[in-house]
Amino acid sequence: MASLGATLKGILSLLVGLRITGKEFLRPTLTTHYPRKEVANLASFRGHIDLVGRDDAPAVPRCIMCGRCMELCPSGCISLGWRLEDGGTGGGPLLLAPGLPLKGSTRREPPAGPLGRELVHFRLSYTYCSLCGLCVQNCPAGALEFSREAYLAGTARGDFQFDLLARLRTRAAAPGARAHAA
Amino acid sequence: MTDLLLAILAHPAVRLVVALLVVMAFVGANGMGLVYLERKVAGFIQRRPGPYEVGPQGLLQPVADGLKLATKQLVCPQGADRLLFWLGPLLAMAPTAVCFLPIPFGPVLTGLELDAGLVLILAFAGLNVLALCLAGWGSNNKFALLGAARAVSQSVAYEIPLLLAALAVVLQEGSLNLSTLAAGQAGGVLSWNVFRQPVAFLVFFIAAVAETNRAPFDLPEAESELTAGFHTEYSGMGFGLFFVAEYTYMTVVCAVAATLFLGAWQGPFLPGVWWMLAKVYGLLLVMMWFRWTFPRVRFDQLLNLCWKGLLPISLANLAATAVILKLVG
Repeated sequence: MASLGATLKGILSLLVGLRITGKEFLRPTLTTHYPRKEVANLASFRGHIDLVGRDDAPAVPRCIMCGRCMELCPSGCISLGWRLEDGGTGGGPLLLAPGLPLKGSTRREPPAGPLGRELVHFRLSYTYCSLCGLCVQNCPAGALEFSREAYLAGTARGDFQFDLLARLRTRAAAPGARAHAA
Repeated sequence: MTDLLLAILAHPAVRLVVALLVVMAFVGANGMGLVYLERKVAGFIQRRPGPYEVGPQGLLQPVADGLKLATKQLVCPQGADRLLFWLGPLLAMAPTAVCFLPIPFGPVLTGLELDAGLVLILAFAGLNVLALCLAGWGSNNKFALLGAARAVSQSVAYEIPLLLAALAVVLQEGSLNLSTLAAGQAGGVLSWNVFRQPVAFLVFFIAAVAETNRAPFDLPEAESELTAGFHTEYSGMGFGLFFVAEYTYMTVVCAVAATLFLGAWQGPFLPGVWWMLAKVYGLLLVMMWFRWTFPRVRFDQLLNLCWKGLLPISLANLAATAVILKLVG
């Protein structure tokens, strides 16, 4: 008798399943036909990373050249370089919390005044990026964000080697440049 | 001259050849149509459009798929038994045409009037298992062999309730001729056998889904465990023939179910053939609906359902039919 009850219950569950799929079958489709239509809800999309410009000078990145993103990146896809403003070369990564030296770190104490450094290049090798977001999360200056590039496509590996500094300058020069609100 | 032509056309041999040609054309077109229908049904159930890019509403997608399959290289794996390997898909496809011959698509639209039409269909449909077995054995591949072993035990098991369910109707009507069985259900919807033999219909349909290796009983080609089961090693049209054969057998069992239980071509207003096709494709739609609703059963569940569930039920149904016939008739 118990097995009969279980059987009836099972049959009922099958009918419930059929009713659900039958209902969905009759309802309109939810997908967007991409090349003809595009979705509008890209605000939460995680594209590749992009540099954020300063509020007073949108073409100048907020980056303080601490090199943290480069060190954190598990795939090693970020590389940045800078030069000293007085014309000198070199100058390694800076210690972010002065007085708290990290074991084995070659970071130097930051100068008391202005940094005196200029970002020369900030390159992203997007083919290796896994979009983990560690760089964006850990940037002390809020200089990185996710772009909204949902429709990236290319035919060569070089298409995904991004010069983020150049991208920032192009975006700042473009009419109606997006002000960053972070 | 006209008399001679009519005499030639009326000859049974000519009729048979014409019927076979029509059936073969139907099998091809039906396969393409069902592939499209299946993908559209899958799409709609998952709230996506399904095939959409090739032709209006993706209507030409099966043509593109067919061209792709036909132009692909046929690969025979190393160490495979070449003869059995290629015999598999051919043997899957070859008997399908015969299965359509005794089915009454209309009052006179039957390829071959046979007194034992039902037996002919069941016998030739049974050859499909042999094809799957040969394919699995000849492939020299463990997934294929496992799939074939499953196919054999599943088909052997489910053929029995399928037969017993059909036998209940045969016993009631006293004929194995499908045209007679169809004609016996004249006189409105309520005289269809589905209302006289509801248990037999349910058992028949469930067993038919299992016999044609359709989800939720698609264990011989369970993708998640056996790659593709018995047709793992087949490329191009080798796979294509299995594919078309599967859809054709689905159509055959649905046509038999429609003939045995749903009044075949009986229906008001329209000519009989449209009613028959509507019933067949309605049943096929239900099969697709099943596939995209139910998850695959485990193998022990599959065999338990047959041996402990369907078999006793269909036997009891057959016995009850016999007793009632004895008492009433």
